[in-house]
Amino acid sequence: MNAMRYEAPGSIDEVVALLAAADGDSRILAGGTDLLVQMQSGFVKPGLIVDVKKIAEATTITAEDGGFRIGAAVCGAEIGEHADLKEAWPGVVEAAELIGSVQIQARASLGGNLCNASPAADSVPALIAAGAVCSIAGPKGRREVPVADIATGPGETSLGTGEVVVSIHLPAQSPRSGDAYLRFIPRTEMDIAVVGAAINLSLDENGQCSAARVVLGAVAPTALLVTEAADALIGGPVDDAALERLDAAARAACRPIDDKRGTADYRTKVSGVLARRAAGIALERARSNS
Amino acid sequence: MTKHHVSTTINGEPAEFLCEPQQTLLDVLRDELNLTGSKEGCSSGDCGACSVIMDGRVACACLALGVEAEGRSIETIEGMAEGETLHPLQRLFLEEAALQCGYCTPGFLVAAKALLDRKPDPTETEVRFWLAGNLCRCTGYDKIVRAVLSAAAEMRG
Amino acid sequence: MDGQGQDFKWIGKRTVRPDGVDKVTGRANFGADFSLPGMLVGKVLRSTHPHARILSIDTEKAHALPGVKAVITAADLPDIPSEEAHFGEDPTDFRHVSHNVMARDKALYDGHVVAAVAATSESIADEALGLIEVNYEVLPHVLDVEEAMKPGAPLVLEDLITGGVTPTPKDPSNIAKRVQFDLGDTEAGFKKANMVVERRFTTKPVHQGYIEPHAVVASTSEDGHTLVWCSSQGHFMIRAACAKLLGLDVSQLRVMPAEIGGGFGGKITVYLEPLAVLLSRKTGRPVKMVMTREEVFRGTGPTSGTVMTVKIGATKKGQITAAEATLAYQAGAFPGSPVGLGCMTAFAPYDLENVKTVGFDVVVNRPKATAYRAPGAPLAAFAAESVLDELAKALDIEPLELREKNAAKEGTKAPYGPRFGPIGYVETLQAVRDHPHYSAPLGPNQGRGIASGFWMNFGGQSSAVVNVNEDGTVVVTLGHPDIGGSRASMALMAAEVLGIDIAKVRPIIGDTHTIGFSDITGGSKVTFASGMAVVEAAGDVVAQLRERTAMIWEVEAEGVVWEDGHALPASTNVGEFEPLSLAQIAAMAAKIGGPISGRASINAKGAGPGFGTHICDVEVDRETGRVVVLRYTAVQDAGRAIHPAYVEGQLQGGAAQGIGWALNEEYVYGDDGRLQNPGFLDYRMPVASDLPMIDTVIVEVPNPNHPFGVRGVGEVPIVPPLAAVANAVENAIGVRMADLPMSPPHILAALEDKA
Repeated sequence: MNAMRYEAPGSIDEVVALLAAADGDSRILAGGTDLLVQMQSGFVKPGLIVDVKKIAEATTITAEDGGFRIGAAVCGAEIGEHADLKEAWPGVVEAAELIGSVQIQARASLGGNLCNASPAADSVPALIAAGAVCSIAGPKGRREVPVADIATGPGETSLGTGEVVVSIHLPAQSPRSGDAYLRFIPRTEMDIAVVGAAINLSLDENGQCSAARVVLGAVAPTALLVTEAADALIGGPVDDAALERLDAAARAACRPIDDKRGTADYRTKVSGVLARRAAGIALERARSNS
Repeated sequence: MTKHHVSTTINGEPAEFLCEPQQTLLDVLRDELNLTGSKEGCSSGDCGACSVIMDGRVACACLALGVEAEGRSIETIEGMAEGETLHPLQRLFLEEAALQCGYCTPGFLVAAKALLDRKPDPTETEVRFWLAGNLCRCTGYDKIVRAVLSAAAEMRG
Repeated sequence: MDGQGQDFKWIGKRTVRPDGVDKVTGRANFGADFSLPGMLVGKVLRSTHPHARILSIDTEKAHALPGVKAVITAADLPDIPSEEAHFGEDPTDFRHVSHNVMARDKALYDGHVVAAVAATSESIADEALGLIEVNYEVLPHVLDVEEAMKPGAPLVLEDLITGGVTPTPKDPSNIAKRVQFDLGDTEAGFKKANMVVERRFTTKPVHQGYIEPHAVVASTSEDGHTLVWCSSQGHFMIRAACAKLLGLDVSQLRVMPAEIGGGFGGKITVYLEPLAVLLSRKTGRPVKMVMTREEVFRGTGPTSGTVMTVKIGATKKGQITAAEATLAYQAGAFPGSPVGLGCMTAFAPYDLENVKTVGFDVVVNRPKATAYRAPGAPLAAFAAESVLDELAKALDIEPLELREKNAAKEGTKAPYGPRFGPIGYVETLQAVRDHPHYSAPLGPNQGRGIASGFWMNFGGQSSAVVNVNEDGTVVVTLGHPDIGGSRASMALMAAEVLGIDIAKVRPIIGDTHTIGFSDITGGSKVTFASGMAVVEAAGDVVAQLRERTAMIWEVEAEGVVWEDGHALPASTNVGEFEPLSLAQIAAMAAKIGGPISGRASINAKGAGPGFGTHICDVEVDRETGRVVVLRYTAVQDAGRAIHPAYVEGQLQGGAAQGIGWALNEEYVYGDDGRLQNPGFLDYRMPVASDLPMIDTVIVEVPNPNHPFGVRGVGEVPIVPPLAAVANAVENAIGVRMADLPMSPPHILAALEDKA
């Protein structure tokens, strides 16, 4: 059995250096709620684990440019407790808080949820709908990448060798805007999303939808930004007719699979329902955010 | 295999142990420190039987590495009673028959304590959602939820 | 005495359980909590093929790995002949148990054990498993019960000849057994009916879902005696099975009962225990084996998946004229599904002239089905109680009234033979009618269903010893593992008989060398059978206390009576004596006859049948198909509730398991025959936020065969919920769900079919 090494450096530079020097499989440990399950089942056998929770940049939430920078290892519970963040981006916060139980919330992070690259990750659709951007550190320095461009397939990311997601930046929320995230699970808690739907929409001064981003989770290999669904809302009132168009566009965009958690047919149908319901919540929030 | 020397605080007392880097906190508590009150039900964070409080937040000991305990404060079921005096949750679990087999009980008590530490007046719905990460197959949760609500009321005085 | 009208001092009190403090402080020792110096870690290798011939197993490389102390395969276990074994409600075969513990010749399901190792650490044991080379010839597999019954299906067991059929078939098949129960003439009965409803139902296997994985420690001494610590539903069963499977004398094995973290029938057989004993005997060192959750799902439990057809006919006025059921149950890889019990219980709540139930026990390439709380009954009741509901609707009769019109009473001949003595089914129906839940208003997309359930309950062999200590405290030693608070009810019954304070009674579970033989904890027997043994042993103590008092007073023993914990003269004719307390007599025992110790070893007969009726309210999301249980009430006849809080707990826990079974729990297999959801993440048991409070009503119609009137209560509560939920769903959305689970995709599809 190969010995596993554990390091808990105090800076991102050290993380990058450790990753660069490592041979074999290296893993970043943020909350560990996916990594430890994978290790215990024998699915992954890393030679090096780099714990990033001793790094301030990865573990704090700070206001920045009217928005927020969330450390990649900040746990879900801490995100949920951040009043300003919750007020600005309630959909993102709800999505983060939906990840697992209270016990999981003490550990699970946005960085982990993103880099685990599950098509069903709860926070990812909401982050994409919000237009969030990751800060990535690597051997070639820092780069900024939209959250939407990180996952490339189930368990696959666009991160290069030795790269690590340090933080995620949420922009300032526009006036008369609101976001929402809903997921469908068979139970009330503890399940992986069968379908997820995130909506971020803005109203103009007349209450017409002026901008929207619609993102679906668990209906394709990665979260889907559905422009047709957004177009169904933009340019008019968010009324029943618009919601019906949204529902149809969401369903049309789905490319799901049959698996133990749900059939393709079921996922497709429910994606429209959730998109519609999430839009209703986002609309209420936009109206009260003027 | 190189073992890590870890200094931590367990149930308010300084503690030290040696562990392999891949050992979970649950392995360390049970196998190295003989604190077997934290139970293993799934090793995947789905049952909550290994719930411990880490730096004030309830977490699954099966989803943390032992080495991560360095410099942290860990509370386990073994530290819940003060001497011979049971915590009100422990006493009310007994008085209200909130356990049958008792295997999930330590995890429920630790999780419920974390709730009441944070929120002294939870509603039934809040208790149910807070405890959704703790599986019980014997009780149907009814008496557990009632005991937590009773303990909350008693602790509020 | 049947306990009726008795004034009790302790029976019916909600005392704190004697083992409680240890269980809320983390002190209680469950199976995996024992450790011994020099202990090895044992692990098993499981087949990932659902059906494969084992051509060879090469263990050489694993043996050679430093730290590996033993590697075993089926070749290391004796090839034992067929012999009937009585563990639970249904007999099984020791040869099959042996082959299930370790595959011999063929691996029969994904998860079937093919080899085991003992090593100095878990990581070495894991590495050793990877070094074992098994050469398989993969065979076609069969998972579905109807497919398995077809001629030409892959044969799971190549020598299996269907039992219960004349003439005996010449060729082997996957049908292990056909059973039939008849009463009257159903053909004639259906002719008298104005309305007949017939429907086909299917269900998936579900797991018992105990939170504690199986765990065992075995330690063998140089003299060939092995100590075994493990959690199970019966340490005598563990001893018997290990002795039989390994060819040992029963007295060579001493099994210590650990606290058990749930069983529900899933721990009435052996899995790891014989392997741990063998590894410990081979290495001379203690060996600990603990299953992972994945192993629990792949290798143990579950109960059967089924295909069932039920047909019931009735007159316009709602008199049932005939009922028939055909039940096909998956047995898993070895015979022994609970289909017989399904046949016996399906229509048992009803007083019927014409009944026919036919059952098929069918082997498939799945883990061997194990008992699960009222084995077989919830499935049959799901079908029968759903059809009854549909029949009531067709006749425009209230479903509760249809049940009332046909309810079994004292004297009713049960469909499986016996006549019922005093039973409380009608009383449960009345309690439902009287309950505010039954008439509470419902909102849109909400529905209400009721369903009833029956379990015959079991007695059996049970031993108890009551030792009086010199200070007047009492230790009660019991032979059945305490799975859910039975020590509390045993202490109450002992205190009642002895007339002493409950705080003076300390109940413990004895090990196989310190208490007489006792059957498994199962069949809802413990409060009944062990309770009878405790009452008899405590009565033995009372007799001795009277004798000792007679010696002190120098009178005849008949001249002394025992009342409220004291010896009194039977009448003034006996003489004038100050009452003597138990403690006073105990203090003098050394001088007057020696230790006072009562014992009883009994075969308890006359378990009173149990009935329950449940009310369930649901709300259905018509767009997603999700069902939420809004309100739930469980009513049951307990005969006598010794400890009412733990009786309520049984009702609530059974209801919750039944709701999970109804809504979301299922084994999901791929086309490759492999289990896809072997974890709590995707095997969706109800969590706290999924359920409402579960209201309970305990009806007490005492069982005349028990000194305090006890009926078993543990199993009945899981029988009604499947149909209660289905009937509520139908009431909410007008769709009859005949396939379990009623998960959101199934509900949505059914709604679309209707539209």
